[in-house]
Amino acid sequence: MVSLVITFAFLAAAIFLAIRSTRGKKMNLEQWAVGGRGFGTVFVFLLLAGEFFTTFTFLGGSGMIYQVGSPAYYVLAYMTLAYVFSYYLLPPIWRYAKEHGIVSISDFFRFKYNSSSLGLLVSIVGIIASVPVVVLQLKGLGIIVSETSYGMISPTLAVWIGTIAVTVYVMISGIHGAAWTAIIKDFTIIAVVVFLGLYLPYHYYGGIEPMFKAVQAAKPAHLSFPDSGQSLSWVISTVLMTSVGFYMQPGLFAAALSAKSAKVFRRNTMVMPLYTLLLMFVFFVGYTAILQVPGLKGAEGDLSLLRLSIQTFDPWFIGVIGGVGLLTALVPTSVILLTIGTLFAKNVYQPLFKPNNESQVAKVAKLTVPVVAFISLYFVINGGNALYALLLMSFSLITQLFPSLLFSLLPNNRINKHGATWGILVGVATVAYITISGSTISSLFPAFPQAVKDLNSGLIALFANVIVTLLISVLTSKSSAENKPLPSEMY
Amino acid sequence: MKFIHVLGLIPFIGMLGGLPFANKVSSFVLGLPFLLFWIVLWVILTSVVMVLVNYLDPANREEEA
Repeated sequence: MVSLVITFAFLAAAIFLAIRSTRGKKMNLEQWAVGGRGFGTVFVFLLLAGEFFTTFTFLGGSGMIYQVGSPAYYVLAYMTLAYVFSYYLLPPIWRYAKEHGIVSISDFFRFKYNSSSLGLLVSIVGIIASVPVVVLQLKGLGIIVSETSYGMISPTLAVWIGTIAVTVYVMISGIHGAAWTAIIKDFTIIAVVVFLGLYLPYHYYGGIEPMFKAVQAAKPAHLSFPDSGQSLSWVISTVLMTSVGFYMQPGLFAAALSAKSAKVFRRNTMVMPLYTLLLMFVFFVGYTAILQVPGLKGAEGDLSLLRLSIQTFDPWFIGVIGGVGLLTALVPTSVILLTIGTLFAKNVYQPLFKPNNESQVAKVAKLTVPVVAFISLYFVINGGNALYALLLMSFSLITQLFPSLLFSLLPNNRINKHGATWGILVGVATVAYITISGSTISSLFPAFPQAVKDLNSGLIALFANVIVTLLISVLTSKSSAENKPLPSEMY
Repeated sequence: MKFIHVLGLIPFIGMLGGLPFANKVSSFVLGLPFLLFWIVLWVILTSVVMVLVNYLDPANREEEA
């Protein structure tokens, strides 16, 4: 009971801050969605950090270590490389967005390719790809609330409570609330994760190395990449795919646009890699749990961090862990939900229904939030995937936007709107086919060598996407000559 | 290709290119299994590379924060 009260105190504090943060600001769509583009280095750092350091890292990171071991290291590698990549990728995007008053990834495509139907497609892909991420966060919230209540609240009821809390929170505050909550969240999560990552191995094994040695003796496969399946080539291909797709996530894209200058991202790339090292402590917890709370099967691995903590600490501290975990779900979920809301209102609702005033669009943006939240809730209650599987699916989808975005930044873009549109459609359809049929490169091409078979299947989709993009662009290049952007629109 | 772009490739090559080799070693460094140590090492080196890139990039001198 104590633990639950403490967990909810964190929630109350977050909502209080959210309400305060909007005081004295006129909440039009640009304020609500990108904070009027006035955030400096520290705030953008916290927002971007908040976006990546989520319930996934907290519960899913330790869960993946518990379930499969070393392949989880891919998260550490891809985040670090995503920041390196962002150094070169984000500044031109940010400058173009600022010149044209762009607040979302789909506006970006709409302006660059001068096509509102492409903008519409990108919004829809963005919204679909965000759903698994929202599902993941809500699932995490459910786990936290039900575990910190020591089973008093059932997982289903816990997810309902979490969903309602998140929805109310986002609708009130927009991005300002997320940024302020991100501050408390970051300090507390660093403290909690580092403490758990060091204390638990010392408590149970007398140190990090003895803990790893014990795991090595019992489950040697957990310390290196397997020969097939999530092997070396899976890790490398997944890291490459996710690190280029990282900023295609509409939430992160929008968070990046909220920076005050392009310099902000460049500065951030020096510190962000070090911040990902927090994951190492999460991994320590996952490894400790393997032998201390054995028997969690499949997706239950996500419970390992909390189960191990409950076995080790007093209820009040479980409350603190739960509260911090709750914030790690709240911040990214609110950024994602409000991005989806903005995308839907500006790029789906506005072009289709042509409302005559801005406040109508803002209203639709806010109303989208509960709708998406409850669609996600449906999947949480009816789906059984582990957190990391959901994250990978979302990445395969969203990375399909990357090729045509990259082409659009080149000084001489040979790709036109038809190529971009068909490429994205084919890519997304391929991901959908692969996901629904459960096929892998290995099942589609059984004769290929093992290293090729283990490549992340999102890559097949990306490959098909690029081929189609180029092909269609070449085929339609003559007819689309009149669609070239006006000189003033060129970056 | 500018020099800062070449520098940006180093983390990719180091972190991912070294994995086949790191995956075979079964010893411990600083208490970590070698594979994890390798990745952690490259996270830190990446940060160092990015400090260098930030310092060398003329774009950071032109714009005021």
